[in-house]
Amino acid sequence: MAQIKSNENKPLFTFAVSANIRILVFALSSIALMTLDHRYHHLEALRNALSTLIYPLQYTVQIPFDISRRLYENLASHQEILAENKRLQQQQLFINAQLQKLTSLEAENRRLRALLDSSTALRERVLIAELITVDFDPYRHRIMINKGTYHGVNIGQPIIDQHGIVGQIIHANIFTSSAILITDPNHALPVQVNRNGLRTLAFGTGKFAELELPHVPNNEDIREGDILITSGLGGRFPRGYPVAQITRVKFDPGHPFARISARPTTQLDRIREVLLVVSEPLPEADSLAIGPYKQP
Amino acid sequence: MMFLRHSGGWVILLSFVIALLLDSIALPVWADRFRPNWPALALIYWSMALPHRVGIGSGWVLGLLVDAAKGSLIGQNALGFALIAYLTIRTHRRIRVFPLWQQALSVMLFLLCNQLLIFWINGMIGYPPRDWWFLTPVVGSMLFWPWVFIVLRDLRRHFLVS
Repeated sequence: MAQIKSNENKPLFTFAVSANIRILVFALSSIALMTLDHRYHHLEALRNALSTLIYPLQYTVQIPFDISRRLYENLASHQEILAENKRLQQQQLFINAQLQKLTSLEAENRRLRALLDSSTALRERVLIAELITVDFDPYRHRIMINKGTYHGVNIGQPIIDQHGIVGQIIHANIFTSSAILITDPNHALPVQVNRNGLRTLAFGTGKFAELELPHVPNNEDIREGDILITSGLGGRFPRGYPVAQITRVKFDPGHPFARISARPTTQLDRIREVLLVVSEPLPEADSLAIGPYKQP
Repeated sequence: MMFLRHSGGWVILLSFVIALLLDSIALPVWADRFRPNWPALALIYWSMALPHRVGIGSGWVLGLLVDAAKGSLIGQNALGFALIAYLTIRTHRRIRVFPLWQQALSVMLFLLCNQLLIFWINGMIGYPPRDWWFLTPVVGSMLFWPWVFIVLRDLRRHFLVS
């Protein structure tokens, strides 16, 4: 402290002056960084470096949750586990039965597509990831997941969970990546009404339980309860995954477009585990089994 | 080297690490809305108690790490944290002698500036706030300030951080 007090006698080196200069320098550099990041996306390398630096912390935070989950699994009573086992077996039986049908349908579909010489045959593999953090800003719907480029994640990869589309990757770091949810106000998603194939776009609203469909003309056939699926247009999201269910349709004769809202099939504020979809071209002669994603 | 005359730098570093840990623990939505801005609280304490060691530069670096952890725009929290450190350093002589509740009010003011700045930037990049929930972390931080202050002060005295 003595050294600082002696500094205060010289006007040029007082604490206040140096603080003023420093805040100016750091504020300007922050603004420069933000501009580079927002306008030109030049800072992926810096973001990667910082994220790698912070990853041990994020990993540490997960440990108590993992331990408590493991403890719960160990302490859960025998009866409960038996009941759960039985339930899961039944569920698997049911899903297997559905899958049999799907396999034959998929084979048929592929044959037909081959006849038509279409190139849309894609196989999808999945990679399971867990949520690390969510953005503390309540209007930006961003999440951070615990898989990165090391695990084969890349920018633009779609994310789903067992109920439907969740979002897509926007930054892929080495061990983590951040994703934008479909309800983010800056996100739009090409969808299709499952009943009649009507194509449109679903926009995020900033609310977890609502999507907007602002571009549907008044005379279109769309009703409450219709299921929206991804249309596969735009090339980002694979085709045919459920997105949302129409909750409200209002035809206002004064406006050219109907006012339509939909509720995402996934509860986006409750997710803990997500699946990353990896689309890859189908090899020539291979089984159609949908297996877990293997690292190349 | 100036650093040689200082001692206990690891306490400062550890407190920032713990603050970052507390900041990234998953909480239910209702609690998340009141989650104190832990790194900012630690930064305010250290730049108030030891302004010659922790200041605008350290705040800026801490902010960059928070940006990386949250996935926000790089430089956004860095600017906010530099501002917090600046405000604290400019007023540290007064705040140090305030009673705790008055300190908490000043802390609330600093964090309010930070929060308004961050949401102003968010507004510019297309995420205007839609309700008043974005102000609740400030209230949470204010309520936790006295405990943060007491804990960090005792740590500083015990480990003779200077």
